[in-house]
Amino acid sequence: MTRLVGQPVKRNEDARLLTGRAQFVDDVHLPGMLHAAFLRSEHAHARLRAVDLSRARQRPGVIAAFAADDLGDYWAPGPLLVPPPPIPDLVFRHAPQVPLARGKLRYVGEPIAVVIAESRYVAEDALADIIVDAEPLPAVVQLEAALAPDAPRIHEQLDSNVAAHALQTTGSYAKARAKAHRVIKRRFHYDRGASAAIENRGVVAAWDASAEEMTIWDTTQAPIPIRNGLAAMLGLPESQVRVIAPFVGGGFGPKIMMFYPEEVVIPWAARAIGRPVKWIEDRRENFTATTQERSQIHDAEIALAKDGRILGVHDVFLHDTGAYDPYGLTVPINSQCTLLGPYKVPNYSSEFTAVFTNTPIVTPVRGAGRQHGVFVMERLLDLAARELGIDRLEIRRRNFIRPGEFPYDHKIIFQDFKPLVYDSGNYEPALAKASALIGYDRFVREEQPRARSEGRQLGIGVVAYVEGTGIGPYEGARVTVEPSGRVRLATGVGTQGQGHFTSFAQIVADQLGVGPDEVHVVTGDTRTFSWGTGTFASRGAVVAGSACHAAAAAVREKAIAKTAELLGVKPKHVSIGGGRVYLERDPSKGFTLGELAQKANPLRGGVTPGTEPGLEATKYFGPERGSTANGVHAMIVEVDRETAQVEIKRYVVVHDCGTQLNPMIVEGQIHGGVAFGIGNAFYEQLVFDDGGQLLNASFMDYLLPTALDVPAIELGHVETPSPLNPLGTKGVGEAGAIPTGALFAQAVENALAGTGVEITEIPLSPSRLFTLIADSRRVGPVPAAAPSARGRALCLEGTYDFGGSPGDVYALLLDPRVLASVMPGTKRLDRNGDRYDGVLDVGIGPVSAAEFALEVVVADQIVGEQYAMRIEARGKLGFVSGTARVRLASNGAGTRMSYSAELQVGGTIAAVGQRMLDSVSKAMSAQALKALERSLRARGAASTPTGAAS
Amino acid sequence: MKPATFIYHRASSLDDALALLAEHPDAKPLAGGPSLIPAMNFRLSQPAALVDLNAAGDLSGISQSPGGGIRIGAMTRHAAVERSDLVRDFAPLLREAMPHVAHPQIRNRGTIGGSIAHADPSAEVPGVMLALDATFVARSRGGERRIAARDFFTGLFATALEPGELLVAVELPARAPRSGSAFLEVARRHGDFALAGAAADVTLDARGHIARARLALISVADRPILAAAADALVGREPAEDAIRSVAEAARDALDPPADIHADARYRRQLAEVLARRALTQAVRRASAG
Repeated sequence: MTRLVGQPVKRNEDARLLTGRAQFVDDVHLPGMLHAAFLRSEHAHARLRAVDLSRARQRPGVIAAFAADDLGDYWAPGPLLVPPPPIPDLVFRHAPQVPLARGKLRYVGEPIAVVIAESRYVAEDALADIIVDAEPLPAVVQLEAALAPDAPRIHEQLDSNVAAHALQTTGSYAKARAKAHRVIKRRFHYDRGASAAIENRGVVAAWDASAEEMTIWDTTQAPIPIRNGLAAMLGLPESQVRVIAPFVGGGFGPKIMMFYPEEVVIPWAARAIGRPVKWIEDRRENFTATTQERSQIHDAEIALAKDGRILGVHDVFLHDTGAYDPYGLTVPINSQCTLLGPYKVPNYSSEFTAVFTNTPIVTPVRGAGRQHGVFVMERLLDLAARELGIDRLEIRRRNFIRPGEFPYDHKIIFQDFKPLVYDSGNYEPALAKASALIGYDRFVREEQPRARSEGRQLGIGVVAYVEGTGIGPYEGARVTVEPSGRVRLATGVGTQGQGHFTSFAQIVADQLGVGPDEVHVVTGDTRTFSWGTGTFASRGAVVAGSACHAAAAAVREKAIAKTAELLGVKPKHVSIGGGRVYLERDPSKGFTLGELAQKANPLRGGVTPGTEPGLEATKYFGPERGSTANGVHAMIVEVDRETAQVEIKRYVVVHDCGTQLNPMIVEGQIHGGVAFGIGNAFYEQLVFDDGGQLLNASFMDYLLPTALDVPAIELGHVETPSPLNPLGTKGVGEAGAIPTGALFAQAVENALAGTGVEITEIPLSPSRLFTLIADSRRVGPVPAAAPSARGRALCLEGTYDFGGSPGDVYALLLDPRVLASVMPGTKRLDRNGDRYDGVLDVGIGPVSAAEFALEVVVADQIVGEQYAMRIEARGKLGFVSGTARVRLASNGAGTRMSYSAELQVGGTIAAVGQRMLDSVSKAMSAQALKALERSLRARGAASTPTGAAS
Repeated sequence: MKPATFIYHRASSLDDALALLAEHPDAKPLAGGPSLIPAMNFRLSQPAALVDLNAAGDLSGISQSPGGGIRIGAMTRHAAVERSDLVRDFAPLLREAMPHVAHPQIRNRGTIGGSIAHADPSAEVPGVMLALDATFVARSRGGERRIAARDFFTGLFATALEPGELLVAVELPARAPRSGSAFLEVARRHGDFALAGAAADVTLDARGHIARARLALISVADRPILAAAADALVGREPAEDAIRSVAEAARDALDPPADIHADARYRRQLAEVLARRALTQAVRRASAG
């Protein structure tokens, strides 16, 4: 009977999307609507003493401005969204995020205040009027440093920066290790990045005082939980809050995070002011205000038998959870569980510590920690294959769970609180298919050696993974046949581009015998359907799809029963199709669905007691546990050893997501996922300096792969239906993104075989790869450096030789008139004892708003020998602060000055100026030093022209 | 990411633009805007006024000069340069560099003069201008002057243009026979700012020895630079080892800036490799043509 499910039906929603008619949150325009802008922390860690909004409130066009204290009782820490699963002895310490910062600032980008104005332009102008009194504290950024006993504490109520600790074991790794033929141990770094959805977040809230009703348009992946939570916060019945998640331009996880400060503050402000308020996140905000996924450090070990069988795996890892942990432990538990992949690991010990840092909050991003685990396991197997002299594919094959061994119990707890039991799978055919598609044997035998003889470095990679998808708890759907014969489907999950309007319509259309375009789908409007959780964890098609199936099947039964009753026949003699329900042996006898809908809803007369009116049914589906999809990715790369450039020559994916509802949509999901994965592997990295400043908060420096950087992807499929839902389907939303980092590492390493380069980190930029190649030796691995260790944004160090005595140079260096004349852009400089105050204007090129108030305090002075300067410069573009040290010593003919400065840069100059900081600081110090020398010469001291800054 | 308030002036001609700039000393000229507009949206740039040059029709166009070279109006779009037959025939190096300038959408908007006057150290066009010994025509209300490309770029985003002065055209000299050129760069993604780039332009004499060699490097200093090391090739046969040592010498003269995408060591390596490859390719093309 199935006709539509499984077909590449073109998407119902595309006509609206492609012609620009689909409504997104920013398309909501309401009469009298105001615009909000948020003032955000420039400091990663600071004590917040006061926020002065008075000048902002006076600016023409500003309607209101609020900081934490203005919210009154409404201000409250947010809830714990995902409680930790029942793992024995698990430690979890909840540090809830807050709507607007109070008392402390814990990451750059944390909202401090909001301005509501007639336009976004005016609102942003007014942000510059706000005076924040904050005392910077040392920031905690690196994971291991955060756990040091003397590390600054991010949450004072906790005795350390440990957010959680969990240990899961099966069997005994110690015993496995004792009898192992070979044990391999490595440290791995895996970092991820921003979701970078094409649409940033946005909220529009409108309060209808006459109806006492709040309507909120929100880019959320979870409209129903948002409605429930906001109703409670606003003190309204749930029926009086309507949340609409219209078309959303990409979710990828961070939009499942709930009760973002803006989501909480905007509805409150709309009610307080009595006018609709819109806030649209801009890209700069998105880089720190929206949650992201970041790094883990794994110390992992694998114990092997001589034939390559895995005897056990031991893994201890650190996980960065950011400044708060409202989303619980989904990400590290996914890492812990997904590491096991398609392999039998009889003895497993995995222990993680989640760590608070002064960085944006970490929540799942497409893949949700699975990448990290897959990377560790696949790299260990690659090393094992090399050390044991077994082919890379063969060692995987030997360790696969066999088709007869399902359901397969790994005997640990998954993120859905259920035991990690794989429902079904058949891994060998996927590996064989991928190997055949990419031509593995021929490549290794012929192409690679031939290329090598021509001086070209080609490499191949093949990796396998399993993805837990389609987890509970449940979703629902309501199917209604209207008197017109049109079918209406409502479900609670929102849609962010997954094609729900089509795949759900296919499911329903099959049951009711109509065309897929005759099913009108409504998603993400709490007024239309008000039970459910949301779109995440590759569960939409599995869980909501199954609910759609159940509701449509119930309507089908109703229609058949009604027809049988009207025709006086048994239901088994009635058929459905072509929009009609009819007698099977005489199709002319029957009714259209529309006629039945009318007959099922009589307006006069009696009905049988117990009758439910209409052709309508609401059903819910909750799986026993998640279904496990799997796949194999393979790629061929070419590496230019001189430039460390990597070119992807071919990319193959063989995927098994059970029954495919719509193969075209499945392919689209995989293509998008692979693009995500390639970005993660080679282009994207959120670069925080040691002060917690994000140094690449724009698409100029945060590198998303474009259409030009993603190769054509060759696809193959294996279908192993899931027994856990009636459709037999498994999730596919994240699959493409999961194994790409592991694949990249293997393929690049293979291309560089013989050089000793071993890749234990992702992402792998060409600059980093160049370092690995340059530092590699023919034998032995290169120790992995933390790929995110970057120190301060601005470091200066050098020496300069002056003609003249140390005493003369010393006096000159501390003379405010001289300093004012030599420091570029100095507009004013006054001295008051050891303290200097002034104004600098360091406009360079297009930068014309670079006026800074400067404060310098001189300390540690030994006249003629040394001094230190504590520098604070603050302006509209941010701040520069830190300490510079100067030492003077006679070098015979004159004086050698040694200087060093470590400066923290914050604000816009840090977020988007990184490309220029080095050049600017070099140019400015060179200019100043040359001017100093001229000044010294002018004072009569003979100068040797040896001055050189380095 | 909304710009601060500014006043917008639209110039109808070059004279009108010069008058507006004289009248509003705080104004910034707006060409295609691919750099200025984002800087304004980040509020890094907060000019009191803009003088929009886009309606000044007399500033764009590509023509042949009497001396055999070509002249390109400052407001000529990158896309027009990329598609120009004159540029293809008389300045193939410029043509070869164009696809590296950001993406087609940006090349439709960005202008040749805007790129030169903005003087981004990693931009392609300024480097090409150095390699081709271009001359820039600048105009103010006081008159017109010509500036050699090698005297034009004075520092980070800094040029020899005076306040009130506009770059109005680029003049590229005639191309000698037996010339060949090549442009190579390494960028993180297609269309990104170069991590390093090399533009080479070589002319051979009748014996096949090198008569003139220019090697410009981008994104390895605070401005685009001409590598003096290339002068050592003049008078020599274009042998592999000569080119190799020039590339090494060019590398050794560098103190490149570091950023999150490339440290100084990697930039030096890229400069050497690209210099070697670009010179080799330019010589090959010169020999063939």
